[in-house]
This record gives sequence, structure tokens and C-alpha cells, in this order.
Amino acid sequence: MALLEITGVNKRFGGLQALNDAHLIVPKGLIVGLIGPNGAGKTSFFNVMTGLYPADSGVFKLNSQIYNPSAVDEVLKAGIARTFQNIRLFKEMTVLENVMVGRHVRTSAGIFSTIFKTSSQIIEEKQIVDDAMRLLAYVGIENEAHQVSKNLSYGSQRRLEIARALATEPLLLALDEPAAGMNQTEKKELQLLLQKICDDGTTILMIEHDVRLVMGICSEITVLDEGRVIAQGSPETVRKDPAVIEAYLGLAHHG
Amino acid sequence: MIQFSQDKKMAQWLFLALLLCITPWLCLFAGGNYWVRVLDFALLYIFLALGLNIVVGFAGLLDLGYIAFYAVGAYCAGLMASPHLLNSFAHLKELFPLGIHTSYWLILPIAALVAGIFGVLLGTPTLKLRGDYLAIVTLGFGEIIRIFLNNLDRPINLTNGPKGINGIDAVNMFGLYFGKKLNIGGFSIPSVILNYYLFLILVIGVVIICARLQHSRIGRAWVAIREDEIAAKAMGLNTRNLKLLAFAIGASFGGISFSLSESIVVLAMVVLGGMGHIPGVILGSLLLAVFPEFLRAVLVPLQTMLFGHVVVDAEIIRQFLYGCALILIIRYRPNGLWPQMRAS
Repeated sequence: MALLEITGVNKRFGGLQALNDAHLIVPKGLIVGLIGPNGAGKTSFFNVMTGLYPADSGVFKLNSQIYNPSAVDEVLKAGIARTFQNIRLFKEMTVLENVMVGRHVRTSAGIFSTIFKTSSQIIEEKQIVDDAMRLLAYVGIENEAHQVSKNLSYGSQRRLEIARALATEPLLLALDEPAAGMNQTEKKELQLLLQKICDDGTTILMIEHDVRLVMGICSEITVLDEGRVIAQGSPETVRKDPAVIEAYLGLAHHG
Repeated sequence: MIQFSQDKKMAQWLFLALLLCITPWLCLFAGGNYWVRVLDFALLYIFLALGLNIVVGFAGLLDLGYIAFYAVGAYCAGLMASPHLLNSFAHLKELFPLGIHTSYWLILPIAALVAGIFGVLLGTPTLKLRGDYLAIVTLGFGEIIRIFLNNLDRPINLTNGPKGINGIDAVNMFGLYFGKKLNIGGFSIPSVILNYYLFLILVIGVVIICARLQHSRIGRAWVAIREDEIAAKAMGLNTRNLKLLAFAIGASFGGISFSLSESIVVLAMVVLGGMGHIPGVILGSLLLAVFPEFLRAVLVPLQTMLFGHVVVDAEIIRQFLYGCALILIIRYRPNGLWPQMRAS
């Protein structure tokens, strides 16, 4: 069953048609990869899908419900949490606080219960700390909970961003190049983490450049080129698809 | 061991409370009413700076029109507790034959509410602006309010223009009149000291509110917006409402403290002390509120002693030292005198 079903997406930036009738299906419970050469429109697709940029057209369905990606916070509430290609943490906040911000949408204490410190607010606040700590342990950075987040190593920052996204209890976790800048060991660990997240019931959609990582972890791959979907299917089919080879290696390869 | 440290903490708090209670008396005996009044103003500034700290320090919105909310609150209180409205609108006189004397228990929340509404009014059109641009627009807004209030004596006389509103009732709370001295037995407490205690209670209240907000879901959301607005949105935060909330709460604090002054000074207090850090903001306000009075008291006699007459006006020296101090702060302590300490 498809968790995410997006069809007919168009997005134009001035004279550039960034997305041209693009579509994407993400089946529930899988890890799906979105790949393509530089400038293919992967990140544009992500930004449109998560409401960061308005789409010119397109039908967006999550869990068979049509959602309108007009505002990022609304899309998140609908159930898609994302990370960013260039990590966007709340740099001056501690690691724990970053994840606690992620709990914001699933908690409710308002201004008056905060000022008067009602018992429900105290309980909720404690619950937020506990949930955040549990998530930090889940991604394996609980020892760094009280560090200022900008002081973390690169790999840990990526993990923190994932923990923060998971804190919003998403149906779909959308990762924009989660392995960028990682060494082989870190990539291996990331792969295990993503597998674990998927096994625990969160569907994952990821943009990734590292073909080996994508082929190793994704059960479905969609390939974009020049804003168009040129191939779709299992890693084996995609790897052999002539259109994909052409997009990556250029026409010269045929000559 | 735990018991011991708790006792020690308790003792520290008691000592602080005692110190805060006797400070005005020390000032009174050392320098008379004048210095207690300086202390009153310092507390008022702490109050204002803490309100601004919510907008600038927590949510990161550089608001230079903040003092306009102070004005809105002040006029609100003035109109509700003075004969001015009755003098302007004759037919109101029949409705309030005894004159308008609203209780301050009502005035405080109303002034806060009205200022809060103005906060939202200012906030709404500026939501998309950041940093310097926001500062320029809010500065303009502050000027608009000031000029508006200054000229609203015609066609209908709402504010009495530059002459101001007269005959405002003295604050009357807890069964106490803060306008005149209080006699208990043979012992009398001057009104400046009564005001000190009133402001002290307000400041303590605001410190508690700020501290609670800071360590809450909402406070964290504000800081998240300050740190990275796009990421904050991607975490599902409704940045528009959260920013408006910051404007409204900050403004309502401004609305509670009634009288007029300059935005920049209050901003300087927040920046000097340490943005987003409550004790730092209190320190900054204390320094900047007491320091000029201190100079005024010291420089004039000093110059007379050295040169036989006053060579440079104390006000000019004050501005000079302000400038120097701010440059030094920016150069050597860009996060303020007492910034937020972070684990590292």
C-alpha cells in the first residue's frame, strides 16, 4: 500500500523548469531512494513536497488523504518530517533541547499553563524530557545530550537531526542526503540506524548521492533527471536501465 | 549532605530577600528620597528590559519600537484613573458622577491587554522581516505612536497632547495608597519606599514568568525560531503565531510599567547584560539605570572641587561614557556582561 503518492508535480523557477510532471510513490514500511545527477530536481522535489516552496501544480496524497503542501508546519503535522542537505540544527541549543523542540507539535502546554505551572504542564514537560532522552539513546548520542549542538561531530549532528525529526512522530521520514560528508564507517552505522528506524515502522524516503549506499539499503528507487522521472523500480532494474546510465554518464557513453 | 545544601540554598535566598527589603532604607538614610526614587526607576527598567528580552533575547526579533507599548500602557492607565476623559467628553460625566477611578487591579491587566493587542498589530505586518529590516520598521512604529499620542489633543482631546494627562490617581493596591506615606504605629514608610516594594513585587513576578517561559515548550520554540526559522518551521512550529505571541507578551510587560522613556536605552540594557539571560538583563538594567544618577551626583561636586565651577555637564559625560562602555562591551564581551552559560 502506498503511504505517499505524488503525481503531476510541476515547478518552475523563472526560466528553469525544475520539476516536469514528476511523480513518486512510496510504499508503506520501505526505504525508498530518490536519486539523480546534480541539478536533477531532487531537492526541489523535497522542498515542494514538504511545503517549503509552493508547487505550480500536483496532487499530493499521504495515507490516501490529499494534503496541501502550502506550509511546512502543516505538512509536518500531516506526518512528513524532513532533514536538510546542509544540516539545520538549532545551533546554540543543547542536543537535548533540539529534540525537545521536535516534541512541540505533539504536546500542548499553552501560555497560561506555563505561567501558572499547572500540574499537567509539569507532567508534560517531564514527559518531553524523557521522550527526547529516549530518542537520543535510540540514535546513539545520549552521552552528548547536554552539549551545545554545534559542538557535535558531523556524524552526530546528522543523527541529532534524525532524532529531532523522529520526535515529531512522522509517518514518513524524508532525509536529504543523510550520508553527505560521512566516512565509510559512519555510512555503515547510518545504514544500520535507518534499517532500524524502518523496522520499527517509520517509512523512509531519502535523497542520496552515494550509489552504493542507496543500492544497499533501498528497496525501491526513483530516478529523476532534468525534473522528470526517468526510471523507477528495484535497485537491480534501475541499475540496468539505459536511461539511467545515460543520465549519469552522458550520451558519449553510447557513442 | 543534601539536607545541608538545601539549607544553604534556603539561607542564600533568605539573605537575598532581606537585602532587597532593606536596600531602600539604606539608600534613604545614605542619600534621601532621591536615591530611593533612582532605585524605583531601576526596578521599572528591569521590568521593561525583561519584557524586551522576550522579544529580542528569546525570539530574536530586534524590536526598536518596544517603548511604544510602554506608552500605550501608560496612557491606558492614565485615562482610566484620571478626570481627563470626563473633561473631554461632557456626556460621560453623567455616567460617572464620581469621576473615573478604576482599580489598579483592573488597570494592570487592561493595560497589559491593550499593549499586547498593539504588539500583535505591530507584529503582523513585520512577520516576514528579519534583523535590521525589522529594527527599522519597529523604530518607525515607535515614532508613529509617539507622534500620534503627542498630537491627539485635537480634533478630540484624547491624550492632552504634549501637556500630558494630569490628576492621575496614585496607585492603590493591597489597601495601600502608594501616593503618600504610610504610618504604622509611630513608624512611617515614605511613598517612594512603598513604590519600591510594589515594583519589587512586580519585578519578581516577571522574573518568575520569564524563567518559566524560558524553560517551557513555548520558550524553546522561540529560541528555535531565533536559531533557524526554516528548521523551526520544518519541525512544525507555527512561527507566525509564536512570533506574535512574543510581541504580545513582551508588549504587555511594557504596558504594565507606566511612564515614558527611550527604546534604545532599554535595548542597551538587554544587550549590555546579555541577551536571553534573565540575570544578565537584570544586571544590565540596574547598571544603566543607576549609573547616570551616580555620575550626576559625583561629577558635579568633583568638578566644582577641582576647577571651582562645572566645566562639562554631567549629562554629556554620561553620554560619552555610555558610548565608550558600549564599544568596549561589543569589542570584549559581545554576548553581554553576564551571558548565558552553556555546557561545552
